[in-house]
Amino acid sequence: MKMIVAIIQPHRLDNVREALSDIGVAGLTVTEVKGYGRQKGHTEIYRGAEYQIQYIPKLKLEIATDDKTAEQAVVAIRAAAGQNKIGDGKIFVFNLEDAIRIRTGESGDEAL
Amino acid sequence: MNAADTGWILTATALVLLMTLPGLALFYAGLVQSKNILSVLMQCIAVACAASLIWFAVGYTLAFDEGNGWIGGTSKLFLAGIDRNSVSGTLPESLFAMFQMTFAIITPALMIGAFVERIKFGAVIMICSLWLVVVYAPVTHWVWGGGWLAERGIIDFAGGIVVHVTAGVSALVIAVMLGARKGFPEKITPPHAPWMVMVGASLLWVGWFGFNAGSAVAADQNAAMAMIATHLSAATASLVWLAIEKFRFGKPSLVGLVTGTIAGLATVTPASGTVGPLGGVLLGLAGGLVCYLAVEVIKMRMRIDDSLDVLAVHGVGGATGTLLLPFLATIGYGGTGLAEGVTIGNQFLTQLIGVAVVAFWSALATIIIVLVTKSMIGLRVTNDEEVEGLDFTYHGETGYRQ
Repeated sequence: MKMIVAIIQPHRLDNVREALSDIGVAGLTVTEVKGYGRQKGHTEIYRGAEYQIQYIPKLKLEIATDDKTAEQAVVAIRAAAGQNKIGDGKIFVFNLEDAIRIRTGESGDEAL
Repeated sequence: MNAADTGWILTATALVLLMTLPGLALFYAGLVQSKNILSVLMQCIAVACAASLIWFAVGYTLAFDEGNGWIGGTSKLFLAGIDRNSVSGTLPESLFAMFQMTFAIITPALMIGAFVERIKFGAVIMICSLWLVVVYAPVTHWVWGGGWLAERGIIDFAGGIVVHVTAGVSALVIAVMLGARKGFPEKITPPHAPWMVMVGASLLWVGWFGFNAGSAVAADQNAAMAMIATHLSAATASLVWLAIEKFRFGKPSLVGLVTGTIAGLATVTPASGTVGPLGGVLLGLAGGLVCYLAVEVIKMRMRIDDSLDVLAVHGVGGATGTLLLPFLATIGYGGTGLAEGVTIGNQFLTQLIGVAVVAFWSALATIIIVLVTKSMIGLRVTNDEEVEGLDFTYHGETGYRQ
């Protein structure tokens, strides 16, 4: 099993969710986060003064899948979140040791 | 006593209080960081309460009781002698005192914008309270209470000098003596809620009808003309600010537009009883431009952290209107012209003396007030308190719970 953590532009969330549903991903968790990467930040202007916004709002998605779906999911997220621009985000993939469904106690792939 | 006048001024009084609570409070609160929102709201409302009691105790009598050219008398301490039958002009005197009280509330509250996010709460209350007695009450007497500037024939219909120059100049002095916010100017965090700034500015705009049209102290043609001139100045200055930002930065901002609104309102204030609709538009044009430049000069060139631009928007706006008024009194329809035998030059000189002397007195008295406050309770919060935010460190509350 894999844990996929993706940082994406907030306005691409609906696209990504649809793309993941299409390949059978059953659930994901979304967190509002702030950070910087190559995009650095941006400036905003209030009353003529420039303010450096150092950390830009992004969304962090966490998705647990079986090994096979993980590869497809990475492709799907890239396609749905990407606009070929700096700031599109990143995808991290981890090995996932186990998963347990709290209600039934099922574990492994069954719990996903 | 006149029922129509009384009815209008009762209404206008409520409108002017609305300017501070919650208008100005929201206008300022939206401009600070989210960790300081409650401290700003708190300062505005606490100053309003303190100013009310001070006005009751000593302010009204020092401003409006007959005295000498410099200060009013003391026969109306604690509003002594004002009963149900006391009359001031065509109004019950209780109403006149209350109407003026709302001006005494908003004027020190305006200064709060200069020292937000880093000042001790107690220092705010002490400075504003002393200031009301030492600066506001005497200047009000000079201009509106029959004092020496009134004798000279100064024209300040609704408070360009009395309210905006006093508050603007003193605000700058306090900002300098207190020092800038940590990280100013490069690492300052931008306004946390521009929408709140717009809501506050809009309440100020509506309330300003009570402020300016109410300053006619009657339900008459002067009140009506003041209202339309006021409104047109606000609309014009808003568009001026919008146009400047569009031209310079490519995007017109909401915070910029409503700052223009306030600049236009402050600028027309002293002149709203003297000019007609066209004069209002011209004042808005001038106020929008001059105040925009003033923000740039004070914040970016002089690097003074008058945090929410109290001098640049209010003080400079009020002074601009005060000085332009002699030239605009006869332009278009609806202006009153100047008093018989008074030339534009004469009137301008009187206006200039008024602005200069009031600015000087405001600065001098404020320096002393700040020094006294500093020696008694201190001015500035600690570094850690400033970083953590004043909401929790000074009031034990949190504006936004995650």
